[in-house]
Amino acid sequence: MALFDHKISELKQMLHRKEISVSDLVDESYKRIQEVDGKVEAFLTLDEERAREKAKQLDNEIGKKDTYGLLFGMPIGIKDNIVTKDLRTTCASKILENFDPIYDATVMRKLEEAEAITIGKLNMDEFAMGSSTETSAFKKTKNPWNLEAVPGGSSGGSAAAVSAGEVPFALGSDTGGSIRQPAAFCGVVGLKPTYGRVSRFGLVAFASSLDQIGPITRTVEDNAYLLQVISGLDPMDSTSANVEVPDYISALTGDIKGLKIAVPKEYLGEGVSRESRESVLAALKVLEGLGAEWEEVSLPHSKYGIATYYLLASSEASANLARFDGVRYGYRSDNAETLIDMYKQTRAEGFGNEVKRRIMLGTFALSSGYYDAYYKKAQQVRTLIKKDFEDVFEKYDVIIGPTTPTPAFKIGEKIDDPLTMYANDILTINVNLAGVPAISVPCGFANGLPLGLQIIGKHFDESTVYRVAHAYEQATDFHKQKPEL
Amino acid sequence: MSRISKEQVKHVAHLARLAITEEEAEMFTNQLDAIITFAEQLNELDTENVQPTSHVLDMKNVMREDQPEPGLPREVALKNAPDQKDGQFRVPAILE
Repeated sequence: MALFDHKISELKQMLHRKEISVSDLVDESYKRIQEVDGKVEAFLTLDEERAREKAKQLDNEIGKKDTYGLLFGMPIGIKDNIVTKDLRTTCASKILENFDPIYDATVMRKLEEAEAITIGKLNMDEFAMGSSTETSAFKKTKNPWNLEAVPGGSSGGSAAAVSAGEVPFALGSDTGGSIRQPAAFCGVVGLKPTYGRVSRFGLVAFASSLDQIGPITRTVEDNAYLLQVISGLDPMDSTSANVEVPDYISALTGDIKGLKIAVPKEYLGEGVSRESRESVLAALKVLEGLGAEWEEVSLPHSKYGIATYYLLASSEASANLARFDGVRYGYRSDNAETLIDMYKQTRAEGFGNEVKRRIMLGTFALSSGYYDAYYKKAQQVRTLIKKDFEDVFEKYDVIIGPTTPTPAFKIGEKIDDPLTMYANDILTINVNLAGVPAISVPCGFANGLPLGLQIIGKHFDESTVYRVAHAYEQATDFHKQKPEL
Repeated sequence: MSRISKEQVKHVAHLARLAITEEEAEMFTNQLDAIITFAEQLNELDTENVQPTSHVLDMKNVMREDQPEPGLPREVALKNAPDQKDGQFRVPAILE
């Protein structure tokens, strides 16, 4: 059994019994990266020297302190759109290829306080725009279950690294499914928290009204540990919510008797593969066996989610990415004589095509004469989508469906057709538009590729989401299977 | 009928400060036209009396005490500057 097959709670006990050291954990991470990252290509930057130094320091503290951080000595990987002080942060974009942040994101500060150890930065779609990690300017991450398949995206590096056992857990970010979809494709657990649960300070902004940082882990319990550490109000993010953070670990009771589950017919209908549908129906049987009840419901505006999302997210992105102008940081083109040409050449040379496409779509949707027809219209439809969820949550505790319409697709299969790529997000995107929390947990395999079960909760009710996910996980063993590399 | 013309794409690229070639303008026109056409399915919905949602949480104007704090030291702020001179960011000529 590999070291990272143990849960955080077990690793902590092993540390305190001195069966292992923090240095062993960090060694395990870099050894595994050495062995498999040539194939998986999940990491963009390693922080090996500092990680080993920190491990030694923590090893010296074992047995000498009264209290230990919740993640004491735990190695973690970080998606490369979360800024890390003095550690290169690229957003997988040429425009930030040599960018060394001058401050830490709030989640990094919280991980530091919890005494976790950063192993390195993980590949992603450029500026988190994509569903396959293929838009990265630097490398194509592979799915550890099948190296010809995509790991999903945009947090593809984070999910692949956890799946491949390079790190026991990682942070990702989710704007339209970017944590849950790669978690489903790679057979791991990924949670998008309620909008406002986790501070976005230091998360390079893509679509500010949708972005949220969240944990990617092997088990639901580990996921709860990580969320516990990163949650909470932050004066540096005015959209972080002043809502009490409950004890997530204590929510993992295994008891879901009487739980009311809603299953939207739109999530099992047209466009959803037979494998995804059947794995969800099988999961519902498992949950019924544990005492839960389920009924079919409707989220009538589901099909409008993709159009709504791409208008709103691209509009917000067009404003957020205006800051990359070659003046204060990042890449600057040498091929310009005047300031305005410098802006244009810098951005033309620094951004990839998917990013340019979305900046232009957003600029168009916000431009004079089109604002009402596209941007405002999408905001109004967002209200309808949000209300769909509110109506269902009046009667039910959670909503369940597949995380993705199909298992992971082949590298290169969808990258040339933006609309086909966007369609892959149909089951995850509305959750971001409504701002509610949702998790993906492993629920089966199709042709050797993992499938994910999506459990969606009420605003700020991650506890119930975790309770259901944990009960399901304990009753199945999909999460125990590992890819052969 | 196409929803966006090549001339409009060039104008949008200018507004977004993106230099694009003729071939790119062609490609983006086709792709953006397909995306905008797809997005027009939203017109099937009557949203006459629907309030727009810009933000999902019910919060407004988050206030805090206005307490002075130290700013960034100049050398830190300039750390990632592509070009600098005399403690300032340097840019190409603004006037032709």
